[in-house]
Amino acid sequence: MTTLLDVKNLTRSFGGLVAVNDVSFALAKGQITALIGPNGAGKTTCFNLVAGALKPTSGQVFFQGQSIEGAPPENVCRMGIARTFQIVRPMRDMSVLENAMVGAFSWTRNVSEARSTAYESLESVGLVGKANARTDQLTMSDRKMLEVAKALSTRPKLLLLDEVMAGLRPTEAVSVVQVLRKLAESGLTILLVEHVMRIVMEVASTVVVLHHGAKIAEGCPKDVVADPQVLESYLGAGFHA
Amino acid sequence: MSEKFNKAAETKRWIAGAIVFVILGLVGALSNSYIVSLMTIVLLFTFMGQSWNLMLGIGGQLSIGHALFVGLGAYSVGVLYLKYGISPWIGLLAGMVIAGSVGAVLAWLSFRFEVHGIYFALLTIAAAEFARIMFSGWEFVGAMQGLFFPAPTGEVDISMLRGGARFYYFVALALAAIGIAGTELISRSYLGYVWRAMRDDDEAARALGVRTFRHKILVISISAASAAAGGGILALVQGAIFPDSIMGMGISVDVLIGPVVGGLGTAFGPLVGSLAAIPLNHLMGALGDSLGIPGLNNIAYGVILISVVWFLPDGIWPAVVRGYAAIKGSLFARPLKLRKAEE
Repeated sequence: MTTLLDVKNLTRSFGGLVAVNDVSFALAKGQITALIGPNGAGKTTCFNLVAGALKPTSGQVFFQGQSIEGAPPENVCRMGIARTFQIVRPMRDMSVLENAMVGAFSWTRNVSEARSTAYESLESVGLVGKANARTDQLTMSDRKMLEVAKALSTRPKLLLLDEVMAGLRPTEAVSVVQVLRKLAESGLTILLVEHVMRIVMEVASTVVVLHHGAKIAEGCPKDVVADPQVLESYLGAGFHA
Repeated sequence: MSEKFNKAAETKRWIAGAIVFVILGLVGALSNSYIVSLMTIVLLFTFMGQSWNLMLGIGGQLSIGHALFVGLGAYSVGVLYLKYGISPWIGLLAGMVIAGSVGAVLAWLSFRFEVHGIYFALLTIAAAEFARIMFSGWEFVGAMQGLFFPAPTGEVDISMLRGGARFYYFVALALAAIGIAGTELISRSYLGYVWRAMRDDDEAARALGVRTFRHKILVISISAASAAAGGGILALVQGAIFPDSIMGMGISVDVLIGPVVGGLGTAFGPLVGSLAAIPLNHLMGALGDSLGIPGLNNIAYGVILISVVWFLPDGIWPAVVRGYAAIKGSLFARPLKLRKAEE
């Protein structure tokens, strides 16, 4: 099992608030790892630190053995880490296909190559039939999938997904799970930030739990949900399963 | 399948563009001198409007100080030709290099210090006004008295870019064609995709690997250089360069009226907009003079701007395209319904 991403003692404070406090974890190649925790646990901050959208106060992030902390997001992307946004951000004056093409220009300048890559990305998330639609004609779950397709076009080795399942109906979430499984089978490493526990249990092989910015548990989903500290953080003290 | 469909539509657009320019060529060959000189201005502002359009309509960067680049182009041609007898061709090239560099430096400084959007636009006004005041006091370039080209002999000299009104009409026509075709080619290239992505959402574009910092500098630099080429020709057409007219706010506004009225981010918008706004401006100016109401042209300008923003917020050209599609749709209503059902 080789390590693709290694996060070491990552800390980020905003003024007096320590949003991420000395967090370390590693991502194994080809696996789906979930970053979970109650509201305000520091999941998204942690995610943004890895993606280059925020600079850490201290600590290190190694991607394929290379230190990447503090690198701007476009460079992080070009190294092979693609991300999606929690609030979907389609380029609204561009078609679905054009949206999916943009990422490909991080490694090619050939428009037809970018177009065929975009079709492949749309295919793998099941959006190929809507390639020529405008983004405001898409449903919420399609927009979430477009975010994934946009990221896939950059040909990432690691995909960071920020709450792709939030706000989806259970049937929609099931199809997203299938897409993620297929991507992981094809060798892609995925880090999920997720709220929907049921989905995390189903899809993730490793779970990292954050609480008040610190890591309180890590392991396979079954063990983690039985961990008393995790139960306490979610449900309050005194609750035992 | 849709690939082929796109190719066919693309070819159609090029043919339509070629037809428009053949008609404009005939206008230049057959019209009287008033129409020719008016249309020369229309075509020059089509080209300069297109340079501005590339920057805002595709690159998402607003400039309200394009007179800076227009003026740098005009002065480069004027100074090199009148002081040193150097061909305006070289002057145009020099003007493009100078304006392109000034644009790049302005953009670099601005974005390096996180000055974006409307604040960058204010910076472009400041830079243009600074240059206008500087050139107004600079004796070497004629200061307030300006620079004058010798009156045209009517003889065409292509190596020195000198000739009569009809000659400059065709120069302006060639520039407008280059501007429209160039914009079309750029927007179909990878630059067009990454620039539009950067225009729609800077942060999301960066997350997809678009190095927006350098792309902003690039689009501003290209826009500045092409505005300078237009400015160089404008100086030759007008036969004189005055800092207040070539670098004044008026030019900055005239440059952006075409694309705003015609349709932002479209290839034909600046042409349609300039065709609508500039003749109206001249006509109303003449009417105002004969009626003894000076400033009627400015009122007309205001009215057309407000009505376009009110009724056709994305410009005349996109409205024409939509209207055409609607007519076509009603003629072939059935296939359209089927297509909708497929979606």
